[in-house]
Amino acid sequence: MFFLPANRRHPEYRRGFAEMAGVAPGIAAWGLMTGVAMVKSGLSTVEALLMATTVFAGSSQLAAMPLIQAGAPMWVILATGFCVNLRFVVFSAHLRPYLMHLPRWQRLITGYLSADLTYVLFTKRYPQPGVDAAQKQAQMAYLAGNGGINWASWVGSSVVGVVLANFVPTAWGLGFAGILALVGMLASLANTRMRWVSAGVAGSAAVAAFALPLKLNILVAIAAAVAVCLLLEANRSAGADTGEVAP
Amino acid sequence: MSWLLGETDGWTLLTILGLACVTVVARSFFFILDKEWALPTWAQRGLQYAPIAALSAVIVPEIVMLQGQMIHTLKDARLYAVAGGLAYFFWRRGQGQAVLGTILSGMVVYLPLHIGLGW
Repeated sequence: MFFLPANRRHPEYRRGFAEMAGVAPGIAAWGLMTGVAMVKSGLSTVEALLMATTVFAGSSQLAAMPLIQAGAPMWVILATGFCVNLRFVVFSAHLRPYLMHLPRWQRLITGYLSADLTYVLFTKRYPQPGVDAAQKQAQMAYLAGNGGINWASWVGSSVVGVVLANFVPTAWGLGFAGILALVGMLASLANTRMRWVSAGVAGSAAVAAFALPLKLNILVAIAAAVAVCLLLEANRSAGADTGEVAP
Repeated sequence: MSWLLGETDGWTLLTILGLACVTVVARSFFFILDKEWALPTWAQRGLQYAPIAALSAVIVPEIVMLQGQMIHTLKDARLYAVAGGLAYFFWRRGQGQAVLGTILSGMVVYLPLHIGLGW
């Protein structure tokens, strides 16, 4: 963590910081837009500021906004946020051997601060977990510097976006930028044919089941898409009808 | 203080703090407990399909529906904005700041249609 002096004094802290600084302007532009979208989706300034400073997960923030606006119950919003965040569950399995030497509270804070780009840059810099105390210390210092600047640029720019949004008329429809951000993320996830199937099934099911109360159409759609994809996968691996190669 | 507080709602504040906890739990999932454990195989395979499903389930109704009904007009700025954004993304093949470019090019299409023509 960036608040531990042992991490801050280590040379790898600066390196982690520098490697993230190269992409920080992109993070900041996106954070700014998310801040504007939060206010334009109908959150009050206090709610938007709380979200900007604590949640630190753009996709789950953006996915939660239309649900909060529609008055969906808390558990549906949290379950949707968790599903959007499932990629981090996969990352956490990868990061486990790097972090298990830390006490639990430090693991949780390190996990919180390890968003997509931090995970990518960290595992690129350190393909293997450290074997001795010095290596582990260097890795934690890198992670602290890298995750620290990522958090700071995201939160700082989101707060600026929240404040600026109060001076822009709602009628302009800037909140739609939040949906476009989700479209961009969807496109970057759609890198296999089966994931396109998942998106297609979920989108159709969410519209078809729209009349369900409590925004349950979202959860129904996710369950339907995952079930269809697992069934198709099982069929394909049984090799019954196709010679298709998995993407 | 009214611009600051607006229509602040206690449940919404709790929901937002809940989302922050969701971030911590998802990012730390496999190193919260000291004991080593693993998900069942089917759940591991299902993991890769759930995030895109969740995004699609949130996005699609926001694009093709209005007040709970399918739209029956093509005079809707959202359709062209999404098409423009996706066109940019696939033109750039998802490289570099493609998501940011998707947002910007989508809004370049959206704002004139929405503000200018009222679509």
